[in-house]
Amino acid sequence: MLIKQMSVFVENTTGRLAELTRVLANDGIDIKASCIADTVDFGILRCIVDDPEEATKVLKSNGFTASITEVIAVELADRPGGFADVLEVLAAEKIGVDYIYSTIRSKEGTAVIVLKVEDPQQAIDVLQKHDIKLYEFKELAQMG
Amino acid sequence: MIWNESIECADRETMQGIQLEKLKKTVAHVYKNVEPYRKKMDEKGVKPEDIQSLGDITKLPFITKEDLADNYPNGLFAMDMEEIVRIHASSGTTGKPKIAGYTRSDLDMWGECVARCLAMAGATKKSVVQVAYGYGLFTGGLGAHIGAETMGATVIPMSSGNTQKQLMFMQDLKSTHLCCTPSYALTIAEAAEKAGLKPEEISLQAGVFGAEPWTEGMRNEIEKRLGIHAHDIYGLSEVMGPGVSTSCSENAGMHIMEDYFYPEIIDPDTLQPLPDGEKGELVITTIGKEGMPLIRYRTRDICYLNHEKCKCGRTLVRMSRVFGRTDDMLIIRGVNVFPSQVETVIAQFEDTLTMNYKLYVGREDNKDTFELAVELADGLAIDDIKFVENLRSRVDHELRSILGIGCKIRFLNAGTLPRSEGKAVRVEDTRKL
Repeated sequence: MLIKQMSVFVENTTGRLAELTRVLANDGIDIKASCIADTVDFGILRCIVDDPEEATKVLKSNGFTASITEVIAVELADRPGGFADVLEVLAAEKIGVDYIYSTIRSKEGTAVIVLKVEDPQQAIDVLQKHDIKLYEFKELAQMG
Repeated sequence: MIWNESIECADRETMQGIQLEKLKKTVAHVYKNVEPYRKKMDEKGVKPEDIQSLGDITKLPFITKEDLADNYPNGLFAMDMEEIVRIHASSGTTGKPKIAGYTRSDLDMWGECVARCLAMAGATKKSVVQVAYGYGLFTGGLGAHIGAETMGATVIPMSSGNTQKQLMFMQDLKSTHLCCTPSYALTIAEAAEKAGLKPEEISLQAGVFGAEPWTEGMRNEIEKRLGIHAHDIYGLSEVMGPGVSTSCSENAGMHIMEDYFYPEIIDPDTLQPLPDGEKGELVITTIGKEGMPLIRYRTRDICYLNHEKCKCGRTLVRMSRVFGRTDDMLIIRGVNVFPSQVETVIAQFEDTLTMNYKLYVGREDNKDTFELAVELADGLAIDDIKFVENLRSRVDHELRSILGIGCKIRFLNAGTLPRSEGKAVRVEDTRKL
């Protein structure tokens, strides 16, 4: 249930992100979900790709600081309150959320969010107990 | 191994006897043969016969880099050009280069000095010495070269650059000693790692590094990454070149070849001599050179002296690491900043930062701007902003406590800054003052 996410440190210069995504494209890497956290002079790109090990390797050899972080991916009902339902379950168990973003595609009537939590294994156990669907990496990689 | 035990381990009295005799000879030589010296000495009312003890050296006038520039190209040569067999020159960031001329005997002396240095780094006749300093007018390459030849070691005169070939020869010829700038040593280490070469797969035992200021942190990094002992070698091209002093295996300061170079430390403002242990400007009098002797030459290098006998057995006086060159000193918002101070701070963050850094100084709205760009360690895992901001605030705190001023900090991906093949360019100062 743990999903490997790639995190990349990117200097905040024009064209740097374009360079990064081109490196991935040239290696045939497909991006399934992504978000960027930015400050004045740098950003951190986080993304789910179909081959995180290969993507990390190719970025490193092209001079990027890339590493792998473990996250989880959760399915929500695409209706008002779908998001809150999941977050309340985590909050009730005092599981802190570091950041959230959503995938580019999902099945009809659902949404998929990527969550970085303090203790992913505990989060998995709690969410499963409440019958909330968690995605395997394979399912995400094959999506779309 | 000690190359010249009778000199390097001589008692103080013997050494002072040698020094006094050679000092008298040198002063008489320049007074007779070098007009600018005669003029300076006459102005001060001092004659060669006034030098009767080593303490009398303070009666002599100083000579500075400006004097060298004023007497370009060979106004300070003490021998006819036909006796001069070699010329070297230092680039000099401003104005004309500083030219030095060597007689046959000066080259012999240079060979002797550098052979002593290489012996301090454990080299013998059996060693293979890879010289990756630039060859040419710069004294690094040919200076290391002549020492290794004097010793009878095998010299590989690589010169600087062409890092892949450096690695190939290092492996194929089993180089035991590497001579280059410390920043180039790191470039070589990085290339070796990229090629998947482990320290135990190369035969390198020690390196003799110099020609640019470096810190203890950088030494540790070179030693770790190349699996060698790193020795510091000091010299200035106008004085001779590398080989004025070197650190022995005790790593407790650099032994000055004081039978050839008489050192003094002065307060750069009052010009008064300072005692052992007190930091000041190093002043060198060459007492064995014929071609271009220098009397009380102000090096601009900041260090201190230690006359205690070293654990290695040598009695040669030791100079500390050079803390900075007054020429390298930046004055930012009125505060004196040496790039080596910044490097000391970076070295404290060895798990997260690399020694590849650059300082940018500029001016905006009549205020100095000061920025440090430093590469993050390769393989670092960064997933959140907090990590980077936390690192930034820790580096900022350390810099402030050492420099006394703040500095904008920018982190770069590993491999972003250009790699050094010689003297690393650490500062870009775009202020037009």
